Amino acid sequence: MHEWALADAVITTTLKVAENEGLKEISEIIVKIGELQTIDTEIFNFALKEVMQPQKKLLENAKIKIKSEKAILKCKVCKHEWLFKNAVKNLSEDETESLHFIPETAHVYLRCPKCNSPDFEIIQGRGIWIDSISGER
Amino acid sequence: MDPRIEVIDKRLKDVKRIIAVAGGKGGIGKSSVASTLALILSKMGHKVGLFDLDFSGPSSHIILGIKDYEFPKEDKGIVPSEYYGIKFLSIISFSEENPSPLRGIDISNAVIELLAITQWGSLDYLIIDMPPGIGDATLDIIRIIKRAEFIVITTPSKLSIQTVKKSLQLLLELKVPIIGVIENMLDRSVYPNSPFVVLRRTGKSRKFTKSLSIKEQVKAFNIPFLGEIYFDKDFEDSIGNVNKLYNTSFAQSLKRIVLKILQNYPTK
Ligand SMILES: [Zn+2]
Repeated sequence: MHEWALADAVITTTLKVAENEGLKEISEIIVKIGELQTIDTEIFNFALKEVMQPQKKLLENAKIKIKSEKAILKCKVCKHEWLFKNAVKNLSEDETESLHFIPETAHVYLRCPKCNSPDFEIIQGRGIWIDSISGER
Repeated sequence: MDPRIEVIDKRLKDVKRIIAVAGGKGGIGKSSVASTLALILSKMGHKVGLFDLDFSGPSSHIILGIKDYEFPKEDKGIVPSEYYGIKFLSIISFSEENPSPLRGIDISNAVIELLAITQWGSLDYLIIDMPPGIGDATLDIIRIIKRAEFIVITTPSKLSIQTVKKSLQLLLELKVPIIGVIENMLDRSVYPNSPFVVLRRTGKSRKFTKSLSIKEQVKAFNIPFLGEIYFDKDFEDSIGNVNKLYNTSFAQSLKRIVLKILQNYPTK
């Protein structure tokens, strides 16, 4: 499960921030995950708990909010915009699995539904990032 | 804040040396050098990983004859499969034989993603087959993996040297550690059978100064010239067969270069 690696990334980053900012206790972490990341939130939450475990003092009362951002794709050729969640329905299990590992393989398996071009951009819904970290000094 | 970038150092902390094999242009044997370098180091008994980041033309798997690529195992991230003792990861495991029409930003994202989630474990060497040229992906890798040391490949072609000079200039400006330059695909019929090429005139034809001039041009940058590899007509036939590959004169020349590198820069 590579959710673990990403959960670990979130906590590693939080620890760095806490150290730089001199935070003694973290109260809230807001994480945004793009839909294209095809993260299993349940597994991600489970992994977060496991990764947080050794950081009892700092993260004991930390609430982690996970927000999902829907993925929108836009064709470079005909400018058509479409939703990832509609496009992904037609993919095979292996193709979905590829997306789970590297969301950019969307370019390998998806095409513009209007003109069939593989040249489209991901205008939103890609990646994982930390929106905010709150805590006390 | 992108947490993926923050965790990359941690993912690579048990990797002793990261060697990026780069070249200004495509088709100069960059992937051949990267794959064979991984094979040589592995045969020497080192723990080696090979990471093909040339997403637009992944070819390490073809050179090493890796056909049964499958999804990597998942265990707290992804764990590269091992072939001939080399831990191997390429976009080919995810895209199979389909083309990956990725623009710069997508390549950057995919590179960051893979670096953040791959568990290489403990390695003596991680060899990176770099994308050609100095585009987004190259700049990202330089920015993100500060420890990566570069080996730059060129051929005697004037076009290749010109682009390589630009790459070298950029690497120097970015203060990237450069192990040195390898000149690949020298023509034996033009250059005598000696690494110490002597200038010659054949009939009334022009001077063959190419080999020396590359060495000189590289030295003018204060960058080590690691050696030359002659064009090996048997190389093509060895593609996909590691035993054959290892016995080509290409691999033998590269092995001498590797020994030289290891002598000058031993693994800490
Ligand atoms: Zn279109």
